[in-house]
Amino acid sequence: MTYPAILTIILTPVVLLGLATVLTWVERRLLGLWQDRHGPDRVGPGGMLQAVADGTKILFKQDWVPPFADRGVFVAAPAIGMMTVLLSFAAIPVTTRAGIAGDMNVGLLFILGMMGLGVYSVVLAGWSSNSKYALLGGMRAAAQMISYEVFMGLSLLGVVMMAGSFSLRDIVAAQAGLWFIVPQCLGFGVFMLAGIAETHRLPFDLPEGENELGAGFHTEYSGMKFGMFFISEYAGIVLVSCLVTTLYLGGWRGPWLPAGVWFALKTCCVVVFFILLRAGLPRPRYDQLMALGWKVLLPLSLFNVMATGTILMLRASL
Amino acid sequence: MLDTLRTLFLTALHAFHRRATVRYPEQKPYLPPRYRGRIILSRDPDGAERCVACSLCAVACPVDCISLQKTEADGRWYPEYFRINFSRCIFCGLCEEACPTYAIQLTPDFEMGEYARSNLVYEKEDLLISGTGKYPDYSFYAVTGIPVPGKARGTAERERPPVDLHSLLP
Repeated sequence: MTYPAILTIILTPVVLLGLATVLTWVERRLLGLWQDRHGPDRVGPGGMLQAVADGTKILFKQDWVPPFADRGVFVAAPAIGMMTVLLSFAAIPVTTRAGIAGDMNVGLLFILGMMGLGVYSVVLAGWSSNSKYALLGGMRAAAQMISYEVFMGLSLLGVVMMAGSFSLRDIVAAQAGLWFIVPQCLGFGVFMLAGIAETHRLPFDLPEGENELGAGFHTEYSGMKFGMFFISEYAGIVLVSCLVTTLYLGGWRGPWLPAGVWFALKTCCVVVFFILLRAGLPRPRYDQLMALGWKVLLPLSLFNVMATGTILMLRASL
Repeated sequence: MLDTLRTLFLTALHAFHRRATVRYPEQKPYLPPRYRGRIILSRDPDGAERCVACSLCAVACPVDCISLQKTEADGRWYPEYFRINFSRCIFCGLCEEACPTYAIQLTPDFEMGEYARSNLVYEKEDLLISGTGKYPDYSFYAVTGIPVPGKARGTAERERPPVDLHSLLP
């Protein structure tokens, strides 16, 4: 392994964890902005060090495992969540060169697989907590994430068909003329919704619905174990935003600015949109969420696959 | 679907709205004069204490945070001590409403945090202010029928001289 590769591997998690931590502050400031408040603006310039203060606090909290919990699984669950999210980033191509394994020929499948493994994190957390609310939250998370995984995969099929490759770098390369958001607008919509559900973000954060489940699957967690769930959730937002950028918004492509800047800019816009969703939309009921998934998104994504395939075949035969 | 997008758009527009909250310690919010904050004991225009130690405030207080003891000097009633436990006070203002002499008043000041709970027990000298508070001209002994040194019975404002019971003249 060459020297820059090792550097990238070390740098990626560091940058990501930093980003996820700062994102907690960014989200609170933006929510404040949209709710006519100021948000946290006390620690450091504009409150920028709020994330540092929160991190310090959460690190110094007692790292407590409830006596009724299944200790081993309880400790492993947040680590699994963190690990799967961080591993997914390996396949994200930031620019033509940067990125750990952007050329991996099954990059997209790898990311989908890692997201699938991420379900274990919440399910095991809910199960090992040995408490009602955590179990209910874990159960919801499992149902939600597994069903939305289906449409997520299906909605991506159109992109894969058009690019003819599972490698994310090839997919970006295939968007040279036109970003996939235009021909794949249906797939884009489904993927966005599935992405929100997959990261169990508001408005689809039913696994942790505070008003009915306490805090859902992480009810019994405290200290840095809770912090890891938190960080991995925010890293998940960054991941889905990166995926949206890569798959639909042309990745690093853009005029004038360097490739990495374009990638960061697009990703930031998607992240801000995610936060806007949280600020604007109420949480649906659980059955509404499932109905939306199976009755609307599944047919839509299937239709998208069919239409894309038909058009591609017609174009090939002409 | 369109509703959702409209909601998102309107929410995003809020970025350009004026913020409803203020940065408190630097920027103080406007508190109206009748804001129910720190409780004070006011004085007459001539500088005497208004409180006549009738204990109505202590009776009205729903959390029993007011404690006082009556004493007398020169025919006037005073509180010997007057104590408000602000760690109990709920700033409901019932004491102010109960007060027959406008002595106890609530003020637009709420910055009374303390590190020791015992510091929240205010004694009479902490509560007494040198001014008249919200009622600048009111003086209880000037309008009441009670005789005090310097004001005989029947000489208060809008008070007629007492009727001589032993005289039959109209």
